Amino acid sequence: MMPNFYGKEIASRLLIGTALYPSPQMLCDAVKASGSRIVTVSVRREAARGRTGQQFWDLIKELDVLVLPNTAGCKSVKEAVTTAQMARELFDTNWIKLEVIANDDTLQPDLFGLVEAARILNEEGFKVFPYTTEDLGAAERLVAGGCEILMPWGAPIGSGQGLANPLALKTMRAYFPETPLVVDAGIGAPSHAALSMEMGYDAVLLNTAIAKAGDPVKMGKAFAKAIEAGRLAYESGLMEPRDMASPSTPVAGTPFFKIDSAS
Amino acid sequence: MASTSVTTRKITIRGAGIAGLWTALLLAQRGHGVTLLERSEKPFTDACSFYAGAMLAPYCEEEVAEELIRELGLRSIELWRETYPELQIHGSLVVAQPRDRRELDRFARMTGGHERIDAARIAELEPDLADRFATGLYFAGEGHVHPHQAMDYLLEAARKAGTDVRIGEEELPKASDVVIDCRGLAARDELTELRGVRGERLVIRSDEIQLNRPVRLLHPRFPLYVVPWGYGFYLVGATQIESEEEGAVSVRSALELLSTAYALHPAFGEAEIISFGAATRPAFPDNRPRIVVRDGHVYINGLFRHGFLLAPALAELAADFIETGAAHSEVFS
Repeated sequence: MMPNFYGKEIASRLLIGTALYPSPQMLCDAVKASGSRIVTVSVRREAARGRTGQQFWDLIKELDVLVLPNTAGCKSVKEAVTTAQMARELFDTNWIKLEVIANDDTLQPDLFGLVEAARILNEEGFKVFPYTTEDLGAAERLVAGGCEILMPWGAPIGSGQGLANPLALKTMRAYFPETPLVVDAGIGAPSHAALSMEMGYDAVLLNTAIAKAGDPVKMGKAFAKAIEAGRLAYESGLMEPRDMASPSTPVAGTPFFKIDSAS
Repeated sequence: MASTSVTTRKITIRGAGIAGLWTALLLAQRGHGVTLLERSEKPFTDACSFYAGAMLAPYCEEEVAEELIRELGLRSIELWRETYPELQIHGSLVVAQPRDRRELDRFARMTGGHERIDAARIAELEPDLADRFATGLYFAGEGHVHPHQAMDYLLEAARKAGTDVRIGEEELPKASDVVIDCRGLAARDELTELRGVRGERLVIRSDEIQLNRPVRLLHPRFPLYVVPWGYGFYLVGATQIESEEEGAVSVRSALELLSTAYALHPAFGEAEIISFGAATRPAFPDNRPRIVVRDGHVYINGLFRHGFLLAPALAELAADFIETGAAHSEVFS
């Protein structure tokens, strides 16, 4: 079954950011190759005072994907709320990826500001996709404030470190079995995406790993395959790791076993 | 490829930005009757080239551009060398702060034409950057020009070669055999795929620091550079924003540009700010340049952030096409 975000069934578990690509054409080709159905766009940066190049948006519209505007770079509740309101006008959607950034060095979420901004935006009728950490207390507050999806970080934005705290992410999955969970940020390699899927996460959101790959289109495909593999593995039920070896074909004591014929 | 057997043509070129200037010059030198039209009352006031960094960096640009850009860029450097006495070929230097050193590895992987250098070599090349960076990449074959001086020179050279330069005029003369459109973004009514990409830059002046060549400071979010213009002047550029806004430089962009200079050397903290400037550069969706032949017009456009790097080679391709019909398959459409 595919994930459902705010009542919309999504045909791909990969959400892609649109920044940092060598060209818009390359971005479009990579999105197509990845099969992604949702792209995020930065309102503050790209829509410089609300006048984003029409041609750039036309190219994105041609992809026929859902656009998830984000409040990247916002550092206060007020700024994030204003940016979200601007995004609603610009993109004609009430979806918003909510980022309230605590500091420039780690770009980690300011959880207090995030909870407050999410509450305000939910009251204003937005469908909020909050960029948060694995902190369960903050997550509870976000859900209580009306968020129907949570997006914990894998690692700091753009760092490509993968899942820095897999135990906490597992706990979060177990704690919120029904809420759609998306690993957002820090994914550097398809294996990180596969691991997120194996842990039962509903989707991953990433940008740099594809945009700055030597061949973004090929990397888009690689992520699509890794995500499919990870999800299939999750659905099929992974084996439990064991401390001791356990051969699939017992050899010791097998009658007529000969070294020569063992291949 | 000039040949005495080639028939001379009456050619009108629209737009005296870097592409129009080079095209006018090369065609006039080959003996054609060239008219260069520029709609602005004062040369270059509308040209995004006026705000360029004017680096000739075919190797560095490979980080984000395709092989075609390098190929055309290398040819352009030869043409600059033959034409413009003030061309500076001192290479370019790429450095990163210790915390971004991985960016340097990535940059090295994505580009060619460089050598990895250590602190001692950096100090030799740029004494004022001694002890600032432990390692860097040196691209010996790259160069730069001062955009305003180069454009003035090209305009004068085109005039001397016989070009009829008409500033403040847009109307096409009736009797021209070929029209070459080099208007950049102004041609978007006819080239509907064109989009504008905003670039912002800063000019500063410092007596305390001397750089001999363009220096790029890598950063995971914005690769920015400082280009020495001589006499203590430095250009710091450039942002790249998917926006066609024409307005002044934003505070955020100014901070980014200023911190680049400051991170390169704290002495830039004492530099004078001469000017901020912004322009929208014309680009096609794949950010590659094109020569489009349509309805008797030849369009040279989509030079994106590579105007000074690509204009000479594209002008030459257009001139060859007009004389012989030869069309480079990756550029013409």
